Amino acid sequence: MALRTEELLLNVGPQHPSTHGVFRIIVKLDGEVIKEAIPVMGYLHRGTEKLAENLTYTQIIPYTDRIDYVSAMTNNYVLCHTVEKLMSLEIPERAEYLRLIVMELQRIASHLVWWGTYLLDIGAMSPFLYAFRDREIIINLFNELCGARLTYFYMRVGGVKWDAPEGWIEKVREFIPYMRLKLKEYDELVSGNEIFLARIRGIGQYDAQTAIDYGLSGANLRCTGVKWDLRKDQPYSLYDRFDFDVPVGVNGDCYDRYNVRLAEIHQSLRILEQAIETIPSEGAIMGKVPRIVRPPEGEIYTAIESPRGEIGCYLVSRGKDKPFRLKFRRPSFVNLQILPKLLVGETMTNMITILGAIDIVVGEVDC
Amino acid sequence: MSGDQQFLDRIALLLGELIGSDAVELAQINQLGSGIPTITVRNNQWAKVAETLKIHPDTAFNYLRNVSGVDQETHLEVVYHLINLTSKHELCVKVKTDREEASIPSVTLLWSTANWNEREIFDLLGIDFPGHPDLRRIMMPDDWVGYPLRKDYVSIDPEV
Repeated sequence: MALRTEELLLNVGPQHPSTHGVFRIIVKLDGEVIKEAIPVMGYLHRGTEKLAENLTYTQIIPYTDRIDYVSAMTNNYVLCHTVEKLMSLEIPERAEYLRLIVMELQRIASHLVWWGTYLLDIGAMSPFLYAFRDREIIINLFNELCGARLTYFYMRVGGVKWDAPEGWIEKVREFIPYMRLKLKEYDELVSGNEIFLARIRGIGQYDAQTAIDYGLSGANLRCTGVKWDLRKDQPYSLYDRFDFDVPVGVNGDCYDRYNVRLAEIHQSLRILEQAIETIPSEGAIMGKVPRIVRPPEGEIYTAIESPRGEIGCYLVSRGKDKPFRLKFRRPSFVNLQILPKLLVGETMTNMITILGAIDIVVGEVDC
Repeated sequence: MSGDQQFLDRIALLLGELIGSDAVELAQINQLGSGIPTITVRNNQWAKVAETLKIHPDTAFNYLRNVSGVDQETHLEVVYHLINLTSKHELCVKVKTDREEASIPSVTLLWSTANWNEREIFDLLGIDFPGHPDLRRIMMPDDWVGYPLRKDYVSIDPEV
């Protein structure tokens, strides 16, 4: 005789440690098995796009810091880059180099936050401390560069605000071998751990077709074997000058997403290594930009590869100093869509594993 | 540049043949916007055009990058940015609708990624997407009055 079960409606969030912010999900459970999952967003919706319509372009940049507060540098870049392209501005080489270096450092910092918190979700406390210890070095580098630890407001339309202080490039150079050593330590500590593998292997699996259909990007797309990285496929900044690989997975499960992100840290270190060798030792850090930034009437969509995937910016300008419409394509928002589909038939413990592996930042989901 | 123009002409011709000569209102290269081919599609033909763009082997736009809603003051507009991940061809599609009774056919069944994007546009701009499986507000509270991203939206609620 089958055991009689009852459906249970369980509310998770918006305050829950493993949801990485104010993300809420309502799950219908049958025993331990999830029948349906309904995400509820909007708890961190600040209306950035609406606010932007009443701000000048420079004033919008600090708002982009707060869209994805774990990866503020890439967000700064996507807005500046979009405006620069519409205005056809030339960016001095040293400024572009500095931007590229901080973006790659940011990618490492962001992946470290993900790595630490993901393992914390799964139940390992110490990796979190390791990751934050190493991330601290990058945060200190940024602090030295622009005086902020999280919301940098470092880039401007036309270049960057501050030149690297003396010895800063040297510090980045020292960081590279240090981080490589630590990555080895991470692998020894976690990557081969049998309990960890049992928790993430074959969990939250989907194929390339599904990933493309859901518009996934970043590690969520590449874990299925699709080699799509905007740094390679639609090069922006100076990425076409450097030699690096795009790591991909095979099975499209949480384990592959884990591996892809760790491999991406290695690749970022490779880019950094080449960039600090070739950066011009001096030069302008701001291009020739009119005092009031006023892009011509027109529209443009540009996208770059953020640590979480394709972050894009659709800008409609009517020739004023403020945008007529500014829309952000936020990778966390798009990537999260697949979650309800992945959760059906999974257990509650796997929900945390799958959600964590998507790597969302709620500020970016809600914008 | 000329390659983009040829691609755009091919798409316009293809859609004209398969759907009707009035399907594409305007086809041009967006010179300022990195030269992306841009077409404006008639609202009542959009469902068929979208299906052709996704399925036809000449276009096969399998990846919907971005969906944006714009209040152009005289009318509302939804802008789709499509890309074919293999050939790397890109296309920008615009569909217009009236401010009153704004409605554009949903493409969620073709590209699942459109689901939340359309919900967001419905929420913030008040455009209805017939054919959408689950059209609800996504960012604002369910009982919110008005559509914040419209240009005539009064941002301060007099009751607050």
